[in-house]
Amino acid sequence: MNWKRALLTDSGGFQMSPLLHLADITEEGVTFQSPVDGKPMLLTPEESIHIQNNIGADIIMALDDVVKTTITGPRIEEAMYRTLRWIDRCIAAHKKPDVQNLFGIVQGGLDPVLRDICVKGLVERNLPGYAIGGLAGGEDKDSFWRVVAQCTAGLPENKPRYVMGVGYPLDIVVCSALGADMYDCVYPTRTARFGTALVPEGVLKLKQNAMATDERPIDPTCSCMVCKKYTRAYLHCLVTKDAMGSQLLSYHNLSFMMRLSRDLHMSILEGRFPEFVRGFLRVQFPKGDVPQWVRNAMEVAGIDISECCASTKCLTPSIDEQPPLPIPVEANGGVPN
Amino acid sequence: MRFAVTKVCGGGGKARVGALHIGGGGGIAIETPALLLSTRKGLPSFVSCDHLASLPLPDSLLLHVCPTHFMEGPPLKTISNIGGLHHMLGLPDHILVAAAGDSIESLPSSEATNKFGASFDTPSGRRLVKPSDYMELVSCMKPNLWASLADEVPAWVTDKRNKISVDRTLRWLDACIALDADSGTNGFGVIVGGSSVEQRRLCATEVSKRNVSGFWIGGFGLGENIEERCSLLNAVTDCLPPEKPRLVSRLGLPEEVLEGVAAGIDLFDSTYIYQLTMGGFALIFPIDMVEREIQNGTFNNDGGDSTKINLRASTYRKDTSRLVDSCNCFTCQNHTRAYLNHLLNVHEMLAQILLEIHNTHHYLHFFRSIREAIKVGKFDLFRQQFVKKRRANITAAVL
Repeated sequence: MNWKRALLTDSGGFQMSPLLHLADITEEGVTFQSPVDGKPMLLTPEESIHIQNNIGADIIMALDDVVKTTITGPRIEEAMYRTLRWIDRCIAAHKKPDVQNLFGIVQGGLDPVLRDICVKGLVERNLPGYAIGGLAGGEDKDSFWRVVAQCTAGLPENKPRYVMGVGYPLDIVVCSALGADMYDCVYPTRTARFGTALVPEGVLKLKQNAMATDERPIDPTCSCMVCKKYTRAYLHCLVTKDAMGSQLLSYHNLSFMMRLSRDLHMSILEGRFPEFVRGFLRVQFPKGDVPQWVRNAMEVAGIDISECCASTKCLTPSIDEQPPLPIPVEANGGVPN
Repeated sequence: MRFAVTKVCGGGGKARVGALHIGGGGGIAIETPALLLSTRKGLPSFVSCDHLASLPLPDSLLLHVCPTHFMEGPPLKTISNIGGLHHMLGLPDHILVAAAGDSIESLPSSEATNKFGASFDTPSGRRLVKPSDYMELVSCMKPNLWASLADEVPAWVTDKRNKISVDRTLRWLDACIALDADSGTNGFGVIVGGSSVEQRRLCATEVSKRNVSGFWIGGFGLGENIEERCSLLNAVTDCLPPEKPRLVSRLGLPEEVLEGVAAGIDLFDSTYIYQLTMGGFALIFPIDMVEREIQNGTFNNDGGDSTKINLRASTYRKDTSRLVDSCNCFTCQNHTRAYLNHLLNVHEMLAQILLEIHNTHHYLHFFRSIREAIKVGKFDLFRQQFVKKRRANITAAVL
């Protein structure tokens, strides 16, 4: 690839999820049917680490037993314990621990008890970093942030926390407020291919008819190559139709995400993170209709966003319907009474 | 626009080197024979502006733009408001040459063309373009040069239809000039005439009488016989005044370019690079070697140099060499054949981007070699050698 910067490889486990209906997950590994020639293929923790050792990325991911958060039942518990057993096999198989950082992945679905066991189990193994997995799969937002909050509270302060599969700019801001550090998502480039640009207000759908005569750049506040050179009107005729359209929009969306990361980073360094969050939310929700889950999450994160939120009376469900706010789990795993 | 022939290849040959000056004040000078890079809605298919800027200069400033690509694009008023094509495309320094048809997205459909306008098959269906529509597009877009609207017909039409195409093309040329704010000072007159030498000569002579700044020879690359084409092309150029530039459309293969140059052509518009790229091909024919050989007076007859390679082939799976060792393009400086093979296998757009960069770079250098050969008076030799090598390879491959 001739890429001189940092690289991270995934275990290959998630990429097989679409093939899981053809798969058989056993203690040994994941057997699935190759989409290329139909032959059975087995991906074991050892094999995954072996391949990742060869590719040579700076951060490599353990093979975990990942289940969708929309599933309920004993399968989630099975997957969580298996993930812990597999992390040991991954650690044993890892040939280059001095140059490649193996991250463990916290599983456990939406069950706080299972998540807690998994967090503790991984922390015991003293890994260079930890990922929060099994999310970003369609679960409701209120459950999503609670899992993230619980995990970040339980994972070591001095090691990176990587929320896999996240995501939307709003999700990244919330998770960062809750103490997460790293993210990955196909969203910016995928949405670009469908003609959607990321802007501070949310999204801009360039395929809309109104865009055909709009002479402004995608985002007047953005200084990327695309926003400096092209108008919405011109991009409107390119997106979804021409390869160049996908390229230019992907370029802008990635610039947007990098700017967001930089802004988050700088605001924390300069001691004005809450202000940044308030500014972010104000632009995304000018009418003050900040979703309830965001309000709940920010409360737990200790960020005051009340001035961004319109009167709560008309916007939130009745007090009986609201789930209780989570009780913070302390670093040692204890739950205050 | 100003054009001047700076050197003619000696020995009775018609190949010539020229200089095309575009833009007022300290404008750009492009040496000819030169290639117009093909575009889609004004931009290259895959090479974004940052990489476009690192292609050979000033050669890569010449772009062929199809106004008909924009019929589903921004409304004319919007294009005007933005300031024309150069601003809309973010290419203020480039030389944009507009012509209605191309070989990919705006194909002339001669059966649907009628007395009102020329018909084109586009991704958004068949469109009829009248001279007035066309010139409206041209006046909003403000390209540096434009070709008149023409009725291009394939080689197999009847004589009657062919005659009609010549009449229409001339009528539409006059209409375009009349509608042009600058009365045709930046216009190229299109010459058609199909496979009839007589009609070709007639059309060429008539177009020469108009106040155009150059000639756009169309109607080739549409199914004519290769041997015929050579005599037709020469018949046309013989009728044209030597001091104005001549462009031929749709002839882009290396041999076709050499044939065109030998007939006195200065500019080529072709989608060869795009087609190579889409096929997963990379140009590798050695340009320098032929140059060097000519200078040394030696001719390497051992064949074995191919023109292009197909990166999809499994032979390249582990080939960690560059596409072309001596190439300075971004692709050759940074990536290997194996990586390109991988990208093609996993259907990544990066493959096409890297290939288009390399192929454009390589082909522009081919044109540079042609110009050098003409300047040292060795063009015929250059052409002979090139064709001989290619044929040797093809026969070697077959045997």
